[in-house]
Amino acid sequence: MSESLKHRLIDHAGMERTINRLATEIVEDNHGVHNLALIGIRTRGAPLAERIAEKIQKLEGHKIPVGVLDITLYRDDFMTSTGIPEVKATEIPFDIHNMNLVLVDDVLYTGRTSRAAIEAIMDYGRPSIIRLAVLIDRGHREMPIQGDFIGRKINISPGEAVKVKLTQIDDVDEVVIIESASTVGETD
Amino acid sequence: MAEGIHNLLGMKGLNREVITTILGTSAEFLKILERPIPKVPSLRGITIANVFFENSTRTRISFELAEKRLSADVINISASGSSVYKGETLLDTVRNIEAMRVDLVVIRHYAQGASKFLSDRIEAKVVNAGDGSHEHPTQALLDFMTLRQELSEFEGKKVLLLGDVTHSRVALSNIYGLQALGAEVMVCGPSTLLPHSISELGVESCYDLDEALSWCDAVNVFRLQIERQNDGFIPTLRDYQRKFGLTRQRLEKVGRKITVLAPGPMNRGVEIDSDVADAPGSVILQQVTHGVAVRMAVLYLISGKERVDE
Repeated sequence: MSESLKHRLIDHAGMERTINRLATEIVEDNHGVHNLALIGIRTRGAPLAERIAEKIQKLEGHKIPVGVLDITLYRDDFMTSTGIPEVKATEIPFDIHNMNLVLVDDVLYTGRTSRAAIEAIMDYGRPSIIRLAVLIDRGHREMPIQGDFIGRKINISPGEAVKVKLTQIDDVDEVVIIESASTVGETD
Repeated sequence: MAEGIHNLLGMKGLNREVITTILGTSAEFLKILERPIPKVPSLRGITIANVFFENSTRTRISFELAEKRLSADVINISASGSSVYKGETLLDTVRNIEAMRVDLVVIRHYAQGASKFLSDRIEAKVVNAGDGSHEHPTQALLDFMTLRQELSEFEGKKVLLLGDVTHSRVALSNIYGLQALGAEVMVCGPSTLLPHSISELGVESCYDLDEALSWCDAVNVFRLQIERQNDGFIPTLRDYQRKFGLTRQRLEKVGRKITVLAPGPMNRGVEIDSDVADAPGSVILQQVTHGVAVRMAVLYLISGKERVDE
């Protein structure tokens, strides 16, 4: 896949501000941190959830539970993937029953990942509420799904892709738009 | 990674990377089995036939449960009650099943090589659930899952296979797999039940259980097939128990922890004593739980189809 940088959407300072705002909105919507928990969707939703939880702790002085969800087994494109997707660990170290959960993902695109994540979560128990927080909403949904907390809404053309990088994984905080010759393998 | 696993006919030829992928995937499936809803939709739309030409309760149920946990549709065919008794051949039986649009066949058969024979001739994917005294790969994989939990790694570890190696379908699968993972394997039992050719696989034979136990980190105890008692392989059950029965006294004499595996069913008081099988920390029943997770991993990994790019 050949790619060239077209545009830097968010830099490190911008990332901090966006995560701060998402944290504030989540707490505001929940009227505090009561029963609140975050679930990061692998891969980049996981570090993003950690970052949001840190901000919430600074705001409210309370550490909320954070889990990690791997949705490989719930994907509807399992049978058409190249090779076999590797099953990675799901770690939800708390009882989700009656919790107010916020699913966290880096990019909201077709909505298929979110749909799979909701289905996966329901197999762990019955939360009271599930909301969705994303850093980037890039449009072009294929499912009736929307983000409740959105970092940035963008509209990009076919042939372009959005790439989120987070310090915990990529050593840098940024969101860039890249020109991409092929978008095969890209997921939302 | 797991690209290229389209069937599982035996452990022979599977390299360390593939086995490690299967064990890693199994560990994730084990966690799913402990959830409130121990089921995932991964194999929705996939139909699996469990074709058992030989009696087996444990293996068949374990496969069936694994299939259901993955949301596959399952049909069970056993030799009794099928057209096999009307003279139909194995191939015709399975071709008829396949004609009903089955994606995957799990087969247990009394003839060595039955699963290979089938996989060469049918479109559906094939998993060997035991072919004669040849291989039983998923049993070996569940042994390895349990061993990995107890020994944490395989490199340089010593595993003893104890008992009737000649008639065991678990022995060869254990040997191929353990060697691929970097472990050493020794067999121990009466000379009548250890094949001479086993040395060609780089496996040493030992006829003294105490000596063999002092060598190993783990022992896999094979069932003495009591129905063969009259075939002259052993003088008496009592004699077998005295020489090759795994007892607490024998294990205590070694003075360090040895992991004890048993594929079952067990003849208590013959190849293994109850105070070994039921000892605190015994992993024999955990093996059964691991069996479901391992079979889920195998079925999941071989069910993927190549992407068709439009």
